[in-house]
Amino acid sequence: MSTTTGTQRITLAKAINLGLRRALESDPKVLLMGEDIGALGGVFRVTDGLYKDFGADRVVDTPLAESGIVGTAIGLALRGYRSVCEIQFDGFIYPAFDQITTQLSRMHYRSQGRLSLPVVIRVPYGGGIGAIEHHSESPEVLFAHTAGLRVVSPSTPADAYVMIQQAVASPDPVLFFEPKGRYWDKGDVDLDAPLVDASTGETGLDRAVVVRPGTDLTLVGYGPTVGTCLKVADAAAAEGTSIEVVDLRTLSPLDAATVAESVRRTGRCVVVHEAPVLYGTGAEVAARITEECFYHLQAPVLRVGGFHVPYPVSKLEHEYLPSLDRILDAVDRSLAY
Amino acid sequence: MTTATPGRPHPMQGELDGPTRVDLYRTMVLIRTFEEAIRRDYYADKGPGFDIGKGLVPGEMHLAAGQEPVAVGVCAHLTADDAVTATHRPHHFAIAHGMDLRAMTAEIFGRETGLGHGRGGHMHLFDPSTHFSCSGIIAEGYPPALGQAFAFQRQGTGRIAVAVTGEGAANQGAFHESLNLAALWKLPVVFVVEDNEWGISVPRSASTSVHSNATRGVSYGIPAERVRDNDVEAVHLAASQAVARARAGEGPTLLEVHTLRLWGHFEGDAQGYRGDLDDVPARDPIPAYRAALGAAGLLDDAAAKQIADEASTRVEDAVTFAKESPLPDPADAGAYVFA
Repeated sequence: MSTTTGTQRITLAKAINLGLRRALESDPKVLLMGEDIGALGGVFRVTDGLYKDFGADRVVDTPLAESGIVGTAIGLALRGYRSVCEIQFDGFIYPAFDQITTQLSRMHYRSQGRLSLPVVIRVPYGGGIGAIEHHSESPEVLFAHTAGLRVVSPSTPADAYVMIQQAVASPDPVLFFEPKGRYWDKGDVDLDAPLVDASTGETGLDRAVVVRPGTDLTLVGYGPTVGTCLKVADAAAAEGTSIEVVDLRTLSPLDAATVAESVRRTGRCVVVHEAPVLYGTGAEVAARITEECFYHLQAPVLRVGGFHVPYPVSKLEHEYLPSLDRILDAVDRSLAY
Repeated sequence: MTTATPGRPHPMQGELDGPTRVDLYRTMVLIRTFEEAIRRDYYADKGPGFDIGKGLVPGEMHLAAGQEPVAVGVCAHLTADDAVTATHRPHHFAIAHGMDLRAMTAEIFGRETGLGHGRGGHMHLFDPSTHFSCSGIIAEGYPPALGQAFAFQRQGTGRIAVAVTGEGAANQGAFHESLNLAALWKLPVVFVVEDNEWGISVPRSASTSVHSNATRGVSYGIPAERVRDNDVEAVHLAASQAVARARAGEGPTLLEVHTLRLWGHFEGDAQGYRGDLDDVPARDPIPAYRAALGAAGLLDDAAAKQIADEASTRVEDAVTFAKESPLPDPADAGAYVFA
């Protein structure tokens, strides 16, 4: 049960697990709630071992009742607790949509700061695991469109470890979207990493980050698509194109400034996400970039993402998800403009 | 207390002392006086015709006249440390639970001095000092009441949560999820269903498969009771047992009260769908209770007038405060989206 320290090479799922463990250890008001998160450790084992070490009082198995889970977390928050709710799969969040959008997101505003709602809702999202709709969806924009919710998604184990702790510590409600297709990707994690940037005072919940510098085009991703974007950058580098990759990390609030700063240097921008393109994050980024650095653009901002259909059956999901080829094609179109 | 038998007589009925009975009356009168004042100012400048978006208090207005016995009978057993989650028709519970009238009225009038600095409105009264919240989405307050009860249970303080809905909201999924969770975790919560017979324009008989929502409570293993009469003392008695159970750690109770929507669903509602309108005034619970107290020798005309005058003074003070308060500055509209 003692906290592990030092740098370890662990999976993204394990990074979240260790981040939750640290949050449980450091604040007795932190509770985990969700379906099958207890003895089973969650269907993705993200809470593995926490029930055993912290007990049923802190790691609470709930009925299959997402509205009840989130609503209960709201009430707990009103009385000083910090709940971390696990939604088992992305599509299972819809029964909780009402509690999230009409209560959780608004109570701080409606009360003009008199109430604080520190609730984290963890959502394994996205495709790539061979599951069908409701188990592979990317509903993050529904929540980013709602004022008062922080919507974040880590792309690496290192970020996941820090960001989950920042989310628990945040005074705001946080929708924490976990790229389930990347749960088993490994990376180095500094288990003593600070939660606040010592020089800026900022947290990962506020800022996008340039994860690979480049000069010819800015490729913007978040969560599951960042890794794909990095592979695209490798492939493009082999052909002599220098691509800068930006990991948004937070969709709400959106750090458009970091993207704009990059695009002012590269003049070109392609946004990549698994969620449908229509009214998606790419549309918002494109609009913001057009507004903020129109005269620096050498080409229209392009988008690569899911199509305007329900998530397809697993045999077809490779057609739906942004692939290396589809992103490279968009890069070529931008460069050829 | 453990059956869903409608209208079972209470063995303890009539045992309230005189001052308590007069206090119940006093709070009901305060609520009615408040609702009448809001109604007056709500209509004051909606014309010509009726433009819901115009006037001192624009927007929908759901007033609770006729339902005072429910709020007063329940909240008499609570302190400000107990939590209440109410509905789109929240004023009676807010007042009975002790909300500051000035801050409440200013919020209803959309003023900067309101509980939410005029950003919430009459369906969104959030008051940390009385642990009161409400929501315009029906049954939505049930799960947050569970969470607060869960917190109280963990703290072992004996505090409880009261969750209120109308009978129409008892058909929502959140209602049923909450009953199951509360029974499962034996939470210190009292569920209150205000059955005013009408879900806007649809009668209970056309919306609800059971005669009494107490049946639904029992089906989840929750002691439940339907209070047949819109009688503050009957509610008071039923609530005393429900609240005692919750405080003693014995788990949730559901109370359904057959109450009365004296006015429309919203102000401006002509209620053409309602066949019982002619009978409604005679069912007003406040004159009936006044007569009962008078017959018991507890309330003469002078005392009743004094209670009415005191209520009027308090309400008009709050209304004046609201009217004289500034509107919110649009420049501040972006504040408090995030902490």
